[in-house]
Amino acid sequence: MINLVIASGKGGTGKTTVAVNLALSLQEKNIQLLDCDVEEPNAHLFLKPVIENSDEIGIPVPEIDLVKCSFCGRCAEVCAFNALAVFQDQVMVLAELCHGCGSCAYLCPEKAICEVDRPIGVVERGTAGVLQFIHGVLNPGEAMSPPLINAVKKLIMPESITIIDAPPGTSCPVVSAVSGCDFCLLVTEPTPFGLNDLDLAYQMVTRLGIPAGVVINRCDIGDDGVENYCREKGLPLLQKIPFDLEMARLYARGEPAALHLPAWRRRFCELFEQITQLHREAVRQ
Amino acid sequence: MKLAVCAQGEGLSAGVDQRFGRCQFFVIVDPEKGELISSVRNASAEASGGAGPQAAQLLSGLAVEAVALGNVGPNAATALEAAKIKIYIGVEGTVEMTMQKFKEGKLSTISEATVSSHSGMKGNR
Repeated sequence: MINLVIASGKGGTGKTTVAVNLALSLQEKNIQLLDCDVEEPNAHLFLKPVIENSDEIGIPVPEIDLVKCSFCGRCAEVCAFNALAVFQDQVMVLAELCHGCGSCAYLCPEKAICEVDRPIGVVERGTAGVLQFIHGVLNPGEAMSPPLINAVKKLIMPESITIIDAPPGTSCPVVSAVSGCDFCLLVTEPTPFGLNDLDLAYQMVTRLGIPAGVVINRCDIGDDGVENYCREKGLPLLQKIPFDLEMARLYARGEPAALHLPAWRRRFCELFEQITQLHREAVRQ
Repeated sequence: MKLAVCAQGEGLSAGVDQRFGRCQFFVIVDPEKGELISSVRNASAEASGGAGPQAAQLLSGLAVEAVALGNVGPNAATALEAAKIKIYIGVEGTVEMTMQKFKEGKLSTISEATVSSHSGMKGNR
């Protein structure tokens, strides 16, 4: 039905809070929550899902058959990430630099390269009440998160409302999480730092051609820079969440506000209404 | 023999660079004759990752037998071993001064890394 991704330039703005509360507020069936912040997933702390399935995810890295290898150096030449170095009678594979593109194996004239999976993390699936819950957990120390994020997103069901919690920033992992979604909700805070990173994130989603809207969290602190920015850019400001002691208390206990504060549930439902309307308008254009 | 010296520029008068994978030039000399062979730009100096092994591959292709450097990381040390290139530490001053030290046997040879990965990204020190 709709794939909605929650992103932000800056970290710690409240992406997970918005994603989790939105998912819990909707009175619909077929809702999926995907935590794509695989480096430090935390939506499970609030949703407390029962995990039913766990699949290891790997990326294909080259393995060299030194008997067939002629040490021509073609594999190292085509690798964009310096994951291979070829010497007179040895080949060095730096597996942690490999992005798994397969060029080396495909272009090896001696067919001396086969690809073997290097595990990078797991995808876990389960349920939290009526919600379907899926997240990726990247192995500690691992830098290659996009393949794991893509593995999580493969489990999107087209007939569902899918809410995706993205990692912070604007680099490859975020682009992986945001790409192909119907709408991007940008969560920010009303500070110069929040504005700077909102601008970066908005530039990113614009390039990806994804319609966006903004939620300002802790809206009653800071300045009006973000609101002015939204007005100038014609970027819809959809919701403002105040710095609320009750919400903070619930958060600190790992309790989503939507389950305890009906007024907030209504506000998140309104937010979703606005998003679906903007999505419909974007589809029409 | 062919000795590569990690350097900041070209020629015998170039200042040395303490880094291996991210030095700007390899100045290749013949220490026995005290002669300059060539100055080769290190294309992987700006690489996002894997600079050390790429530099080792470059030197291997140039049939270099030994390299004089300040510090070397674990991947670069493994790569130099695979390339059968001997590692000498203790570069100092210019390429010429380092070549002289090598001739006098004042550079010591090592087979293991002196620093951790990515140390060269912090600059020449």
